[in-house]
Amino acid sequence: MATYTTAFASLARYDKGGVEVINDDPKNYVFSNMFDVASAARPWEKVAVAKNMQYVLEVIRAEGTSEWRAAPHDELALVVDGEVVVELLDPAEPQVDPGAQGSVTVAGEPAGTPMGRITAGRGHMALLPAGRCYRFRAEQPGVILLQTIDGPDTVYRWADICQTA
Amino acid sequence: MTTTDIPVEIGERNEHGYSTFRLGGFSFGRDEHFAHIEWPTGRHVMSVEAFLKALMRDVAWNFFYGIVNFDSVIGTMNHYGNVDLFAGRYNDAYRKAELDHQENFDADQIMATFKAMLADWTNDGFDPFAAPQETGSAFGEKRGDNLAAVTRTRVTAQRMVGVPGDEPLRSDETGHPINRMFADVAQDEPKVEPEAGYEGEVAAFNLYAYLSRSDVTWNPSVVSVCKESLYCPTTEEFILPIIHGNDRVEWFVQLSDEIHWKVEDRETGAPRANVVMKSGDVAAMPADIRHQGYSPKRAMLLVWENGSPALPDLIAEGKAPKTAVEF
Repeated sequence: MATYTTAFASLARYDKGGVEVINDDPKNYVFSNMFDVASAARPWEKVAVAKNMQYVLEVIRAEGTSEWRAAPHDELALVVDGEVVVELLDPAEPQVDPGAQGSVTVAGEPAGTPMGRITAGRGHMALLPAGRCYRFRAEQPGVILLQTIDGPDTVYRWADICQTA
Repeated sequence: MTTTDIPVEIGERNEHGYSTFRLGGFSFGRDEHFAHIEWPTGRHVMSVEAFLKALMRDVAWNFFYGIVNFDSVIGTMNHYGNVDLFAGRYNDAYRKAELDHQENFDADQIMATFKAMLADWTNDGFDPFAAPQETGSAFGEKRGDNLAAVTRTRVTAQRMVGVPGDEPLRSDETGHPINRMFADVAQDEPKVEPEAGYEGEVAAFNLYAYLSRSDVTWNPSVVSVCKESLYCPTTEEFILPIIHGNDRVEWFVQLSDEIHWKVEDRETGAPRANVVMKSGDVAAMPADIRHQGYSPKRAMLLVWENGSPALPDLIAEGKAPKTAVEF
């Protein structure tokens, strides 16, 4: 019986595919690679790799300890490389406008009740609940793909990260 | 009214044991090898295996977003409440020869007909969702049915798989063994340490392990939700049984392995690009193309959709963006 090896790329090892144009503009496909993007990003920078109207997918290079953040809606963090600890906190005071979209920085150490924590490895997805505060910690560089909405800290650099020719 | 309450035009069983079906001016019949489709200006024949695999997706996805081409001739166009059934409408040669034909049906009516056809034409042992090496044959004279396979419920998480009260995890006990091509995928679960009173909010799960236990191919299911942003990962092996014609931008994130996409013009079928996606790659499918994927080894693909209820109106008005990003 055949044995199979499942290929998961990482910061240390990735091999990009690409768009082979026949009669089109490669920019229409907004083609990038999560690990390529994270390799060139600063720790905790939120770089958009996909956008559908107001919704975005952000690649985050996880390295060290992030700031506290909060969003008025659920966000989902998928660890695609490394190990990331997620700390969750129920804030004593609301930290984000409930009518806003995307996550915002929470200044300093917010007061509130610790909710618990999640230690997530490759392939693990964590819920970042609406209205709660969260921060990430990674001892070694890792990569998070964040399902969220365009916010004040979303970074756009399509021309730098995408195939253009 | 459910689709089971809607009358379906069913003809006599033929010499092979299969019923024939009629929907407006279209008729559908099958023999041991082929599906035969006829309409007022023409006729078409398809491998019945390919037809049933495409029909299964159209039914399970509720006509999906945009166009589900069964092949280069037959398919459906979703208008969200009503559906076009067409022949040659998105085929340049049929259009120029004026042999194309389409009719619009109430979505419940076409769904009832398709479900009845799928139930009648799928034999015992054949699973239209399965990879070729994991199912029996679609061919031959009628022998029983496989209602369990063709009436699967699509996973649709409300927040995230594994959150208390939401879609459950998969395991051997739930009837989801690890697929033969994902035997090496780690099955560890994240360490979740909630404080008392927060058990329902501190939640995480192993998405890759969950996908390694998928018993279907080319069937996006909702595993996480951020308002109208839907993560619809799926496992892919062999060829996508339909050619999906987009009516909105759709995104792919290649989680594992490799898939090759053939991209054609949505209206004419003229080739536009080939897109090779390897683990970690991210790409958008524009709203004016159609695409079909080829996956040499079972692969994990994250399909990311925008399920906004405002989009059908924007699409109908021609206001939905054709490309994801201008840069």
